[in-house]
Amino acid sequence: MRLTTLMGVGALCALLATGPLPAGAGEPDEAAVLHRANGAEPSSLDPQLGTGSWESNITGDLFEGLLARDAAGELIPGVAQRWDVSADGLTYTFHLRENARWSDGTPVTAGDFVYAWRRLLSPELGAAYAYLLFPVANARAINHGEQAAETLGVQAVDEHTLTVTLTRPTGYFPELLAHPSTFPVPEQAIRAHGSRWTQPGNMVSNGAFELTEWVSHGHITARRNADFHDAAGVSLQAVTYYPIDDARAALNRFRTGEMDMIDSVPTDRLDWARRSMPRALHVSPMLGTFYFAFNQREGSVLTDRRIREALNLATRRRIITERITRLDQPPAWSLVPDAIDHYDGPRFDFADSPLEERMARARQLMQDAGYSPAHPLKLTIDYITNPETRRIPVALAAMWQPLGVDVTLINSDAAVYYAKLRQGDFQIGMAPWVADYNDASNFLDLFRSGVPNNHSGYHHPAYDRLMAEAGETLDPGKRARLMADAEQRLLDDAALLPLYFYVRAVMVSPRLTGWQENPLDIHPSRWIRFRSGTGQ
Amino acid sequence: MLTYTAKRLAMAIPTLLIVITVSFFLMRVAPGGPFDGERQLPPEIENNLRAAYHLDEPLPMQYLRYMGNLLQGDFGPSFKYKDFSVTQLILQGFPVSLELGGLAIGLALIIGLPLGVIAALRRNSTVDYMVMGIALGGIAVPNFVIAPILALVFGVLLAWLPAGGWNGGALPNLVLPVIALAIQQIAYIARMMRASMIETLGSHFIRTARAKGLSERQVIWRHALRPSMLPVISYLGPAIAGIITGSVVIEQIFGLPGIGRYFVQGALNRDYTLVMGTVVFYGVLIVLMNLVVDLLYSALDPQIRYDD
Repeated sequence: MRLTTLMGVGALCALLATGPLPAGAGEPDEAAVLHRANGAEPSSLDPQLGTGSWESNITGDLFEGLLARDAAGELIPGVAQRWDVSADGLTYTFHLRENARWSDGTPVTAGDFVYAWRRLLSPELGAAYAYLLFPVANARAINHGEQAAETLGVQAVDEHTLTVTLTRPTGYFPELLAHPSTFPVPEQAIRAHGSRWTQPGNMVSNGAFELTEWVSHGHITARRNADFHDAAGVSLQAVTYYPIDDARAALNRFRTGEMDMIDSVPTDRLDWARRSMPRALHVSPMLGTFYFAFNQREGSVLTDRRIREALNLATRRRIITERITRLDQPPAWSLVPDAIDHYDGPRFDFADSPLEERMARARQLMQDAGYSPAHPLKLTIDYITNPETRRIPVALAAMWQPLGVDVTLINSDAAVYYAKLRQGDFQIGMAPWVADYNDASNFLDLFRSGVPNNHSGYHHPAYDRLMAEAGETLDPGKRARLMADAEQRLLDDAALLPLYFYVRAVMVSPRLTGWQENPLDIHPSRWIRFRSGTGQ
Repeated sequence: MLTYTAKRLAMAIPTLLIVITVSFFLMRVAPGGPFDGERQLPPEIENNLRAAYHLDEPLPMQYLRYMGNLLQGDFGPSFKYKDFSVTQLILQGFPVSLELGGLAIGLALIIGLPLGVIAALRRNSTVDYMVMGIALGGIAVPNFVIAPILALVFGVLLAWLPAGGWNGGALPNLVLPVIALAIQQIAYIARMMRASMIETLGSHFIRTARAKGLSERQVIWRHALRPSMLPVISYLGPAIAGIITGSVVIEQIFGLPGIGRYFVQGALNRDYTLVMGTVVFYGVLIVLMNLVVDLLYSALDPQIRYDD
């Protein structure tokens, strides 16, 4: 009896706690503080050293590049008010706004960009994203320590004019200018404080917010930067980011109202969230592909294209997204996600074939390769210890069993796993990729010969040739066609096992406006505001 | 006593040296390195980074360099958290873990000791069975089960307390993590106290005390309690060192900025300096706590003396 009463009270409380939140509309609340759950503790607040979205969420608020992003993730002018591109696509001239200021009141000049880009490429900094600037003349050689930083193809013509010379036309170059790695950094503060320049009190930034507090693994607070050129357009008084790496804990704190936004929802709470908090839940496509790499280095059994195709044919992608990942991710029949702009790529030719037909073809291919249930092929799948994805290799093993594939699963922590991947010490390995910028080349470059993230060791001269040609083509339509041809080559070779395109599930309080779903999953705080009367 | 303390502290040096040396080489032989991640670095960049952190030097040289820096109190920079030195990370996080752990162990003693005594005095009664049953439950249910339940019930459903966050150590934010940390300790202490008390109550000196005509209360308070606490005290030394250096589970579930996660995260990220810093810190605490335990022994048991 008592238990039933308690359960009743619990259920009532649950209803009250998860019920619809108040909503309103009208003028923004000027005294609002936004509480953002933000994945993990940043490894650095230096925009040139961060590598994760949890870092760029913060550095993207603290700093502004030549270009910026609006609430929909589209490119807009940032420090550069406008820019001209030469007819050959090799020279960009940026005209910087005169009212761009650092948070200490000094102007942001073209020289700040020259300093920042040379720093990003300096071998001593060891920035993982230095390669983003490789289209700039001499950037690669500088980064490899073969040339002096002064030879970089970037020049401050005057305080407010910056020219950039590229080695080849790069259609997506403006995309790179909204990435935190290419943002200006304050030379004076860096010289004065060294590696401590990112601490509150030392940091000078040029974005919509400035850093005021950083408790490692506790929270990071940034207040509105009064010197920002669009300070009047920023509604929030401050933003606090919490490095909550436990999705369940983040959900709890969203439900209690402690968090206004959380950046993930545990898979097993999705159905509950859909039922109970439909106005807060946002599930939207992201520019990312979850795929497995086949090791195609010499000596690997997976150099046999027939086996790679058979495994692709026998993989039931819909089952994985419906029963394991459960976010209704679009099944991937190619490498480049559908949501990528200005690109219409190919798909596996069997994408729409019925399962029976695919299985028959797969069995035949395996037989041709010399394998059957009577003479099974022994394979290993390497994967990372991750509660969200660890069941996928188990499902693959079951799906491939009828072909005569006997799979051994190898589970490792991330450091061991990526070391194995790098050394080519695997047969099939999980290889998720999320785009750094909205361009198909960011995915297709992964399969060029000898690039660091070509885990498969895939090597095809025709593929490299097509990608190189695309890289030098200025006409966007022709460039897209060349890249599509390259991707077709990849699919004809069954060079990878794509499973699904990423979808992101987040919760955003209905008290907020200015937050928009976008495939890059970039949500600058400067656009977010509380609906009238709902701020704190 | 002073000579004994000095001797013990001197003996701690080789102990710590062995701990540091073994940990240093164990970390380096673990597969994978600090720069192995989802985004593979170009070889040139990785070589630059390895040189910057002196990882390109022979291992014995790296060891000597580390020991040299350590002697000057420098734990080095964190590989993962690039904007902080390991010393800064520990100094920033330790007060949080100390406060949480200190409160949890205090709560565990306040509840666990009386429960153990009561269970021992009412041996084999319903009260005894109940206390020991609950204690067994406390030991059996791990804190990664208890903590989310506490957060869900008291944080989300009843909304009595915050479901997480540190908030500068405000009392409401402390309650749930302290309880989650204390439950297992309460259980251990209660069980240990009960067993020890039962053994003490069966000793000759207690029979003598009773024969002298002392009241049961006097027998327990003046004669049985102190010696019964010896096993609890020896347990408390390492337990306190463990609990005040934080708990990765509690910190993750309640989003607390303590140092508990550094050990696990440092090991997973191959953040060599952070792991070593945590090992040294934890090692020193263990040595100190064990010394305190031994000194407390002499205070509690007149038979133990550390005179020269």
